[in-house]
Amino acid sequence: MALIRNSLKIVRDITLRSSIRYSSTNFDPDPQGENLGTTRFPGANAPFVGTPSLLKPNQVHPIPIYRVMDRSGDIQDPSQDPNLSRDIVEKMFRDMVLLNTMDKILYESQRQGRISFYMTNFGEEASHIGSAAALDPNDLVYGQYREAGVLVWRGYTISDFIDQCYGNDEDQGRGKQMPVHYGSRKLNFITISSPLATQMPQAVGAAYAFKRQPNNHRIVICYFGEGAASEGDAHAAFNFAATLDCPVILFCRNNGFAISTPSKEQYKGDGIAGRGPAYGIATIRVDGTDTFAVYNGTKLAREYALKNNKPVILEAMAYRVGHHSTSDDSTAYRSSQEVEVWNSVEHPISKLKNYMLKKGWWSEEEETTYVKSIRKQILSQISLSEKKPKPDWREMFHDVYHDMPQHLKEQLAEMEEHVAKYKQHYPLQNFKA
Amino acid sequence: MANIIPTMIRKFANPKVISSLPAATVARRTHFTYVADKEAPVDGPTTKMNMFQAINNGLDLALEVDQSALLFGEDVAFGGVFRCSINLQKKYGADRVFNTPLCEQGIAGFAIGVANAGATAIAEIQFADYIMPAFDQIVNEAAKMRYRSGNLFDCGSLTIRAPCGAVGHGALYHSQSPEAYFAHTPGLKIVIPRGPNKAKGLLLACIKEKDPCLIFEPKTLYRAAVEEVPVAPYECQIGKADILRSGADVTLVGWGTQVHVLLETADMAKKELGVNAEVIDLVSILPWDKETICNSVKKTGRVIIAHEAPKTSGFGAELAATIQEACFLHLEAPVQRVTGWDTPFPHVYEPFYLPDKYRCLDAIKKVIKY
Repeated sequence: MALIRNSLKIVRDITLRSSIRYSSTNFDPDPQGENLGTTRFPGANAPFVGTPSLLKPNQVHPIPIYRVMDRSGDIQDPSQDPNLSRDIVEKMFRDMVLLNTMDKILYESQRQGRISFYMTNFGEEASHIGSAAALDPNDLVYGQYREAGVLVWRGYTISDFIDQCYGNDEDQGRGKQMPVHYGSRKLNFITISSPLATQMPQAVGAAYAFKRQPNNHRIVICYFGEGAASEGDAHAAFNFAATLDCPVILFCRNNGFAISTPSKEQYKGDGIAGRGPAYGIATIRVDGTDTFAVYNGTKLAREYALKNNKPVILEAMAYRVGHHSTSDDSTAYRSSQEVEVWNSVEHPISKLKNYMLKKGWWSEEEETTYVKSIRKQILSQISLSEKKPKPDWREMFHDVYHDMPQHLKEQLAEMEEHVAKYKQHYPLQNFKA
Repeated sequence: MANIIPTMIRKFANPKVISSLPAATVARRTHFTYVADKEAPVDGPTTKMNMFQAINNGLDLALEVDQSALLFGEDVAFGGVFRCSINLQKKYGADRVFNTPLCEQGIAGFAIGVANAGATAIAEIQFADYIMPAFDQIVNEAAKMRYRSGNLFDCGSLTIRAPCGAVGHGALYHSQSPEAYFAHTPGLKIVIPRGPNKAKGLLLACIKEKDPCLIFEPKTLYRAAVEEVPVAPYECQIGKADILRSGADVTLVGWGTQVHVLLETADMAKKELGVNAEVIDLVSILPWDKETICNSVKKTGRVIIAHEAPKTSGFGAELAATIQEACFLHLEAPVQRVTGWDTPFPHVYEPFYLPDKYRCLDAIKKVIKY
């Protein structure tokens, strides 16, 4: 409500400047209306007015973008410096570089046909790392698919990532889903699924269950892109989170594109953050290329959500530097010059690097050595993961249910018999016996 | 989604309105006569309950033993439009029994999340006709969560209840039987009770079950079905069919309200044709009790499957195909399906749409004569 009132006040200020007629009739309580008594409509708490007017979208100021650090790595306002220790900032930076390096190599390995699919995180590393660092490791994460940095921060290893992409016997997901559909019970990261936005009302439900636990200290964070926010499930999540008072951060990665669809074809309002006040949800918009802005914004949102048992919408503005996925060539719908800006001066890694260089916490030599060692680890992991057998093919029938029902037992037996008879036609050598 | 029926009931509950109408206008024609269970599912004291009371009692017991259990949906707080949750908010508090916004995909998604966090979620979809907006959450998410995560995560503590089936005047969107849509989805368990005893036992089984469950409750039975129901908690096995009447000449398979139509049909067949029909309530759509059905068909050699839902790709098709596969040498006649027609569920034509006892009896004549 407070935000709505604020925006109405802004509108009123605009109209005061532009038209006396508007200011006398438009948003102030109407004397005639007051004479008629207070409003009794159960659906809204608002004053009467005596003249009709449309509240036009451009009469509401856009929600500003919170920024801590400029592109040269300088903190704009010292009071906003999170003053993170060198260790923390260095981990942030190393994790971002690790993710970036792994993305480059796995992208290429898909190109070489070694894995079937991949999605990079280029340009959005700060959203992942900045937010993950501001959370408690016990907070539950629901993601979309472009949040691998959250897992990196929490300790998902290079082998965890690469084994999942290969679907081998070490994959915790047992080779059942496409690459980049990670999940980890240990790290409180709910397994990714392809249908967009479905995780959003789920995250709200989990937050509700957390809230009911005695001395709850956990919140839920749910990541989604600005495209997914157009799904019905996003609306459901926003509204349920608000009406049922759930401690959840609904974290939107607004990177300007949903595959080829630019955000101007996705919505006409003030981004995703602009929807927050309409649902009665506390809202903040941050610079998603600024690790510290994301960190501070998420920290503030977490404290608010936990203390008040209420949701927050956090919109992190960024740019999807990479292609949507390995099945997409983004040059078909955007210019490479545009991409280049976001890949250099506006890139989250370069911004944090500038900050660290200025602090004397990092050097080019350190980076060269680090990237070299990471590359080596990733490449050797690829050859390891590639050689590991896939799980026993019979696992295809496992975990459909908690216990295997009779009809599935019969189908498993049927396939066993078939495979025994026609084994030369199946890639049994790739699977664990 | 619109909930028309209770509004209609409230309107006509005004005695002035009713008395001004000729009696014939309000007389309700039902296509079945309820047959109470012969014996209670478990020993111990019983009380006479109708089906909504038995469900209310089941929900009460579930909320009592499991502090994590939540009950929610549209209009659940004041007792529900069919009274299934009456008094429960008062007893267990507004944080455990509560209304959600009017949004089925939200209800299902929220419920999955509650279950992900390890709590028990009992969600209500006001009419099975309105479960479709939640189809994606149920089919792509709930059903596949354990499988796709390699058992890292699941939503096994999720139960979705939805009133289904014909009610006399429900037309297109207060009459549907959508079980076959969901029966095509590995990972779900689906049950349909035939009355109060079964409703309570299946509900408690679904709530405890470690897989996501759908329970479709034939809404016409909420008040019409009355019988002695054990007071204590008990569970009816999911995946197990009930032989309600044994016979040697023909097997009749149905579920929900249709079971009562088949019981009456069996009486008629005995009286008019001297045919002894075996009547089976399938109870559980997924997984279904192949053994009980096929054993019966092997004995009788003839089978009629009856359901309210349309014929094409109805769950009867699955039964027929499996029976044909498993009992080919025992069949004396083609498997018959007596079902709703392949049309939307109509308003004024309902008596001509339903697979009533006369259509079922005619099918018996056909398989006997074949």
